Amino acid sequence: MKLKKCMSLALGLLFLIAAGPVLAKDTVEVAFIGPLTGGVSAIGVGGRNSADLAVQLRNADPKAKYHYELVVLDDECKPNSGVQVATKAAANKKIIAAAAHYCSVVALASVDVYHKFGLPVVVWGAVHPGITYGNDYKEIHRINGTMINQNEIAAKFITGLGYKTWVNLYDTTDYGKGMNEYFSKYLTENGGKILGSFGVTSDQQDFTAELTQAKMLNPDVIWFGGLTPLGVRIRLQMEKLGLTSQFQSCSGIISDAFITGAGDLAEGTIAFREGEPVENLPGGKWFLEEYTKVGYSEAPDAFGPFAFAAMNLILDVIEEVGPSRKAVVKRMENIKGYEAIVGSVTFDEHGQNTSPAITKYVVQDGKWVPWADSEYASGKRKLKRLN
Amino acid sequence: MRPLRFPAFHGFYGQALMDIGLIAQHIVNGLMLGLIYSLVAVGFTLFFGVLDVIKFSHGDMLTWGVFTAFSVYLGLDLLGLNSPSFTLIVVAVFAMAAIGFLGAVIAKVLIIPLKGAPPLNTLLITLMLGTVLRESIRLFYPDGANPKHFPALLPDWSHSWGHFTLRFDNAAMLITGVLMIVLVQIIIKRTKLGMAIRAVSQDEETAKTMGINFNMVVYVTFAIGSGLAAFAGVIYGLYYNELSFNMGLLLGAIGFSAAAVGGFGNIYGAIVGGFLFALLQTLGAVALPFASAYKDVFAFGVVIILIAIKPTGLLGEKETERV
Repeated sequence: MKLKKCMSLALGLLFLIAAGPVLAKDTVEVAFIGPLTGGVSAIGVGGRNSADLAVQLRNADPKAKYHYELVVLDDECKPNSGVQVATKAAANKKIIAAAAHYCSVVALASVDVYHKFGLPVVVWGAVHPGITYGNDYKEIHRINGTMINQNEIAAKFITGLGYKTWVNLYDTTDYGKGMNEYFSKYLTENGGKILGSFGVTSDQQDFTAELTQAKMLNPDVIWFGGLTPLGVRIRLQMEKLGLTSQFQSCSGIISDAFITGAGDLAEGTIAFREGEPVENLPGGKWFLEEYTKVGYSEAPDAFGPFAFAAMNLILDVIEEVGPSRKAVVKRMENIKGYEAIVGSVTFDEHGQNTSPAITKYVVQDGKWVPWADSEYASGKRKLKRLN
Repeated sequence: MRPLRFPAFHGFYGQALMDIGLIAQHIVNGLMLGLIYSLVAVGFTLFFGVLDVIKFSHGDMLTWGVFTAFSVYLGLDLLGLNSPSFTLIVVAVFAMAAIGFLGAVIAKVLIIPLKGAPPLNTLLITLMLGTVLRESIRLFYPDGANPKHFPALLPDWSHSWGHFTLRFDNAAMLITGVLMIVLVQIIIKRTKLGMAIRAVSQDEETAKTMGINFNMVVYVTFAIGSGLAAFAGVIYGLYYNELSFNMGLLLGAIGFSAAAVGGFGNIYGAIVGGFLFALLQTLGAVALPFASAYKDVFAFGVVIILIAIKPTGLLGEKETERV
């Protein structure tokens, strides 16, 4: 009798062990960190949805070894909040890796935390070079390009159009200052002349004093290095003062919110961003279809595909090496020619993707259109001050 | 002719090289800024006058004013009523009335019950109320975290003389703003209501014994001050064509400083303070040899010095007692 009981118990246990993997996969936690509130939250929310899509698709895949859970944290595009949530994610040992940060100031402040706790991170939007090149932390990787590549291409392109003189405005955060530094450097190298430059605070509302000075200098182009809210204000106030210069900016203003905020005046604004437009990528159409299928109420916005690619890369690596932070960090060192929806990804010794394409954009009829496909490139429409 | 440039500071010297047009443009810019600051500062000074309170949520009342105006505009637009002048009047009146009412409610629910408490409590409560007002727009207004485009409801006629562009809408806003301040001044100085407000601000107990309904005077004063903030918000929206949930934060701090430097409890002081602050900011951005990012530091720095020299404010009384 006793033997029979023991046998049935052992059999039951055996059955449980054998059936375990079929019934339930191990759950692995991964994190998404980005600005979900504040002035650039449209991009953060689009990024979150895209990262969530990557997780959902993976969980629906029967071949996936693990079940993934996405932990979403809001860095508010503020360094202090960023460090708090970075610490929260990094200190939680259940979280194996994170796709993190759109705002450079936040990423710069948080990289030390990730290194200290050994949490592998793939940056999905922040462009300051110091995030990857300012340290030799093995945990930090970036799928998008840096502002160095972006400004080099921007300066070459814009001087090539025939513009000669600039007035630069930039916000005095590390992001804006970095943008100004690299854009000014490459602009001067390409023969552009900077007539004046103004640093402004990142929450400034009135730019009439700076723009009145700019108007006196009468530049061909007003360039702005910073994020959407200030970009909107500067563009609107240029008009109020009768400034007829061309408006040019950087990846910081490429968002749907810039077009909503600036209204008709957004037309003809030029800006630059890493990566090909999502529609032009091999996986881009598929990404947009899947995104629509899930029915998120917000658009993926400009950096959604990068957030998707960053999360997908993390999931692929975990599938390959298992849910261990150390193993993920080690595997990430050797990512070469990884095919993501934003193009081929190869990390250099600093974890920086070395092959990001830069795309030039212009606002046409309320949309960011790649320059090559625009009516401005075909000559049907004209940018300001180009005759 | 180009002014001297000091690249190390990214700033500009050489006012001597500025032409008249440029100076005129800076003056108009400064006047517009000064008008908005003054309207906010008058609210602070009114509240302080009747009740000795600093209402730190005042800047956020401005934000609520401009968001109310924007919502009414969207509503009218949906109904197909899009005549700019009609829309502007409806939008402005509705925003002022709604925010004035909200101001009175805040006075009834939060300010008067705390009358006997230490002033620090009122200050803290209104500071927190400001956060609640601000965050509720960000969280509950559709797409509230993003900047929005405020419609241009005034004709965009303009004329340029050299570097100076005079826009009809700026001139109209300046004139309306000044008229509004004059109207408030008339209400305070020439009407029975104004007399009651002044009586309460001079001596609450005596005013009560003379049969003045103290609570009602406080409600009305808060309604006027908050309505003025909504008016300033509409002017702000029309001037910058933009609104965002956190626009009231800095405006509140500046309005408060303007009221303090002008002398709390003195309406003229608030107006002088508002225009003075705008002048300092413009000077900081244009005429001083450092990055314009420091213009607020410069303006607030000068305000600190002025208050240190004359703690009761430029037009305040000699004693620290309100008007």
